[in-house]
Amino acid sequence: MSDTLAIDLRAADTEWHPVIVAFLCNWCSYAGADLAGVSRLQYAPNVRIIRVPCSARINPQFIMKALQNGVDGVLVSGCHPGDCHYISGNLVARRKFALTKKFLEFVGVEPERVQFSWVSASEGRRFSDLMNKVIADVRRVGPAKGLKKEVSS
Amino acid sequence: MTDSRAGEIRKIAQGLFAEGKIELFLGFQQGSLPLRSRPCFVTAEGAAAGVDSPLVWDSFCANNLAAYLPKYYENLPNRPKKRDKPYPRIGIAAKACDLRSIVALTKEKQVRRESLVVVGVPCRGMIDTRKVEAAAGGQEILGHEEVDGDLLRVAVRGAEPLSLPREQVLQDCCLECRHPVPEGADVLVPGQARKPGDGGYARVKEFEAKSQAERWEYFRSELSRCIRCNACRQACPTCWCKECFAEQTDRKWIGVGTDASDKMFFQIIRIFHQAGRCVECDACYRACPMGIDLRLFTKKIVKDVEETFGYLPAFDAGELPPLTTFGEKDADSFITDPDKKG
Repeated sequence: MSDTLAIDLRAADTEWHPVIVAFLCNWCSYAGADLAGVSRLQYAPNVRIIRVPCSARINPQFIMKALQNGVDGVLVSGCHPGDCHYISGNLVARRKFALTKKFLEFVGVEPERVQFSWVSASEGRRFSDLMNKVIADVRRVGPAKGLKKEVSS
Repeated sequence: MTDSRAGEIRKIAQGLFAEGKIELFLGFQQGSLPLRSRPCFVTAEGAAAGVDSPLVWDSFCANNLAAYLPKYYENLPNRPKKRDKPYPRIGIAAKACDLRSIVALTKEKQVRRESLVVVGVPCRGMIDTRKVEAAAGGQEILGHEEVDGDLLRVAVRGAEPLSLPREQVLQDCCLECRHPVPEGADVLVPGQARKPGDGGYARVKEFEAKSQAERWEYFRSELSRCIRCNACRQACPTCWCKECFAEQTDRKWIGVGTDASDKMFFQIIRIFHQAGRCVECDACYRACPMGIDLRLFTKKIVKDVEETFGYLPAFDAGELPPLTTFGEKDADSFITDPDKKG
């Protein structure tokens, strides 16, 4: 009975669902996501999480590659400034992020597509709110086409 | 025809060779086509034989000679292993932008400043060959002559010779240049430099004010002409990685072809890599065979670095590159805060 219901729901679903990649730092944001799960906080299921050792691990190439592979939005999140497990990783990362964000906006990528945030391990609620916000933002701007690599078949 | 500075540079180079201070001198020589001067490498043997006279200095010495330096100082951290082979001592005729690149490379340990003798040339701006070609209406240019340093006379096939005021055909980057005098050069060639410009951020601001769709359309259409020849990267003095991300194969980031997405990926990351290092010499723009407006996008990163971190790569070798350091009060306004409404 429940099986049929699930199939029916999927068949009826012609709506576009954005795919969002979230790069989360191991020490804060990933633990924040964990807490959101343990606390059974609900958020939209469009996000694919990639765990990285620190937000400073993020190279703008990761973001570009994700967009090239056809995701609709990218979120990068790390520890709050001052709380980095590696003391200053996120502070160095913040400089990179500021430039990346501005430059992508400059060339005409919607600002909603690539977002940066800070979530600590104790902020499960903040994490689920953030997810819902990012997903809503990306829904508003629609599917990403510009940077996607179209492979001819 | 050549500048009086050419004679000075020759004299200085000769003196440096005679004193045994350098083994190689980088300057410019007459190109084989009009409107071109090409980089010239004078060796000690050549100088001893009296052939360092090819050195010239005119309004076409636009190339950034700093681009040639890193290969002479390769393997800096591992160098002690090769102690028997000392670093070459090099003299270089440097405009202010070349010197700024040398300083940036020194910070990145790609160049040994102590092994260099920088012969600074106060810059009067270099002429943009494309502007002259446009003025000639696409006709073949047969020859050129600089008159009193203010006028460029150009012989054109099948037409009257053109007389162009210098100011009208200068490169945009020279018109906007804020540092025409190479500060901190070891030897300064006497001469007048042009008045410093305003940095040329106005065009970036104008572009920023456009709508997102317009910006994207411009970026997309400009890059649609890119043929991925990588000339922009090769010409750039600060692109010295031995293995570029574009050609890495273990983690293959992008294809090597002209896929639209790959081209954008390449340029966005290439320009991002210039953050805090680009000296606005426009080497990329000059090198581009398709005439893509790379100036606008590189200028944007220069502007952002200056506005966000108060850093402009100039002549101070002690200042830390902005992306290797941080401030506790760095801008945080771009961060998404789910608790903030709106």
